[in-house]
Amino acid sequence: MTPGAFVTPVAPNEVWDVERIRKDFPILHQQVHGKPLVYLDSAATSQKPQAVIDALVAYYSVDNSNVHRGVHVLSERATAAYEGARARIQHHLNAASPREIVFVRQATEGINLVMASFGRRFVGPGDEIVISAIEHHANIVPWQMLCEEKGARLRVVPVDERGEIVMEAYVRLLGSRTKLVAMTQVSNALGTVTPIEEIIRLAHQQDIPVLVDGAQAVPHQSVDVQALDCDFYVFSGHKAYGPTGIGVLYGKERWLERMPPFQGGGDMIKAVTFEKTTYNELPYKFEAGTPHIAGAIGLAAGLEYIAGLGLDRIGEYERELLACGTRLLSAIPGVRLIGTARHKAAVLSFVLDGVHAHDLGTILDQQGVAVRAGHHCAMPVMQRFGVPATVRASMTFYNTPAELETLAAAVEGAREIFA
Amino acid sequence: MSDLRDLYQQVILDHNRKPRNFRRIADANRTAEGHNPLCGDQIALYLTVEDGVVKDAAFQGSGCAISKAAASMMTAGVIGKPEPEVEALFHRVHAMLTGANGVAAEVGKLAVFAGVREFPSRIKCVTLAWHTLQAALRGAAEPVSTE
Repeated sequence: MTPGAFVTPVAPNEVWDVERIRKDFPILHQQVHGKPLVYLDSAATSQKPQAVIDALVAYYSVDNSNVHRGVHVLSERATAAYEGARARIQHHLNAASPREIVFVRQATEGINLVMASFGRRFVGPGDEIVISAIEHHANIVPWQMLCEEKGARLRVVPVDERGEIVMEAYVRLLGSRTKLVAMTQVSNALGTVTPIEEIIRLAHQQDIPVLVDGAQAVPHQSVDVQALDCDFYVFSGHKAYGPTGIGVLYGKERWLERMPPFQGGGDMIKAVTFEKTTYNELPYKFEAGTPHIAGAIGLAAGLEYIAGLGLDRIGEYERELLACGTRLLSAIPGVRLIGTARHKAAVLSFVLDGVHAHDLGTILDQQGVAVRAGHHCAMPVMQRFGVPATVRASMTFYNTPAELETLAAAVEGAREIFA
Repeated sequence: MSDLRDLYQQVILDHNRKPRNFRRIADANRTAEGHNPLCGDQIALYLTVEDGVVKDAAFQGSGCAISKAAASMMTAGVIGKPEPEVEALFHRVHAMLTGANGVAAEVGKLAVFAGVREFPSRIKCVTLAWHTLQAALRGAAEPVSTE
């Protein structure tokens, strides 16, 4: 199979035909506990369109081989498919060069790579890393580890009661000691869309590089890393309709060139003797060992699928879903939405008076409604809002207003049980 | 909803609303803390043990209805019992939840938790209180974790 040979979904007609789109996702058509599955947990992991499943099957059925080394035809095909996936992801993010697209396991590994490589080279005692109060643990813990190792300091930008970044506080935290800003584009726990362009612009005024956690952004909107002018950008494949175990780190070439390798092994070297090893060029310097070839191909197919639907139209439809879900849940007595940012992704994080999030999660599951109940790997966010846990219904373009009505009815049912 | 009514029986809902022994025992001679990192449930357990008998038991903390009712009914159930009996009860409750011995036997009122067996992700909500109790009796210094 050659790159570009995947079936591109035909863009639906003028109206958003959600029933037709749902046909592309085989997993959605099943019953759980005797009820139709209502999958409202796409922020945890998205479901996969048939195009992605087919790409994986085709790769393993026809092209499977190791990359970058064999002289035989399968290896040439696998290499072409793997590098073709890189090129398509580069195009999707509008990166300047495929050398800036590093395959990693997920956003978490991308952040850890920057921590270990950029951090160990450029961060020293007394230096500071700036993050926000609504980061996922993946964008907190690596920086804590680095700060502990280097004697550096983690500074945290607070959020207001809506869950929006307090920009005045952000500006005050930036200074000559700041070596990196690491900030989410969309909060996984609250749905807050941060003013990432402004965050980057303000940091760059002081020559501070910025890493953007785009794990919750890439699945729902178009991302242009050159327009953002971010220095690093990470996201996970499995939240963007691709397989688990694959993710992307984008880094500006001028940073990646100056950074030491992350892991040592095969593929990341040019030549090895016991005296000296010469590292490979970008991006291979950061890709030690046989990569997740099928994962990269599947991820490219996933991104191609949403590009085919139209990212602007996806955003438009998801805003409608958010408005619908917000209206339905707000009408239920005792429901409190956590995270009410003015610019918000299709995430409804909420608590119900007198019913713990885990009880609510179990009750919703019995109605076929899959949500996440817990701290969403963002315990500081829960502390900020004074709740031990929330229920999070996260939507995407394959969800329907009718599913949100099922959610609301199930929440009402929980109220009755606990009344 | 029938399965849900098995899980959320009136007794459990009542103990969730009005947990018994929900207080701190200032001069407790056995205490322990328990934590379920998966869901954030936390419990602090206080015991007064005299001559090998649990004279008083109480708890504080936060958690779901199942975990709160479990701690409430557990404290009510162990007050007045000698330590070996408490330990034996722990094993019977554990067996009831994990299905090792099939059906619930000799657990008294605690049989209301038998329905939790059908909800594997919620079993730890019940066992958190019991593991914390066991830690308190054994004088464990470290907080108990379900993970």
